[in-house]
Amino acid sequence: MTEGVPNMDKKDKKDNKDLVTLEIPARPEFLGLVRAVVAAAANVESDFRDDRDEDLRLAVSEATTNAIEAHQLIGLDNRISVQAAMSDDRIEVVVRDQGPGFDPAALEAMPEPGTPERLFFENGLGIPLMRELADESDISSSSDGTTVRLVIYTRRYL
Amino acid sequence: MDLGLMIERRPPMLVLSIGGDLEMSSVPQFRDAVIDAISAGEHHLVVDLSATDFIDSTGLGALIGALKRLRSADGSLQVACAQPRLQELFKLTDLDKVFVLHQSVEEVVAAGIPNSSKRSEWL
Repeated sequence: MTEGVPNMDKKDKKDNKDLVTLEIPARPEFLGLVRAVVAAAANVESDFRDDRDEDLRLAVSEATTNAIEAHQLIGLDNRISVQAAMSDDRIEVVVRDQGPGFDPAALEAMPEPGTPERLFFENGLGIPLMRELADESDISSSSDGTTVRLVIYTRRYL
Repeated sequence: MDLGLMIERRPPMLVLSIGGDLEMSSVPQFRDAVIDAISAGEHHLVVDLSATDFIDSTGLGALIGALKRLRSADGSLQVACAQPRLQELFKLTDLDKVFVLHQSVEEVVAAGIPNSSKRSEWL
């Protein structure tokens, strides 16, 4: 069992070359800071194409906006955590809040894109957009909070 | 973040140019500007996104909100946006079906106030 620990450390180092963690107050005034820090972190040692930079900034901003809204919904003062793990060809960003959580499956009930009903969802655009822009996205949510994990590659491979 | 709002009268239209970011922190300022314009009798607005640095789903939602408000006042909202990146964003969210994207404010002004919109049944 003790042998497993160093192996895991080694694996983590390989997968997560660099790690940047940011904690922000749950206020929209800090969104710009999150975008700037994550975009700068992504390009420290990797070269993200301009369009990927924009995908990253927008996807992270959407996730952080949802986190801020979740805290504001229940008047929670706790900070929101944004963690970015950089490796050669990608950045993985994890946004964690301690809000009331939601059921990601319930989002599927939204009207189809292009239908008139969809337009009444002024606030429902964020998560579909985030999923579209990120190469990988996972949302796990419970009554203790929500964690969104996003992965963006330096280039679009699709 | 700063909305970087500039307002210019181009009778019979009023142009709101956004030079900064349209997101959660600046949306209230944008919404207030639209409400003020309508109160002042300006019912035909043009939102110029030519120099906009960043817009997210909250900002797009605010544009929908402004369109609904103006439509209920028998007005119109047109968008000038030549940035390919932002045009792509309108497409991804299907909002290219709601807003006609013009290349420039000059193009909007030259075309004049739209006829009662063929898209009005959408909202």
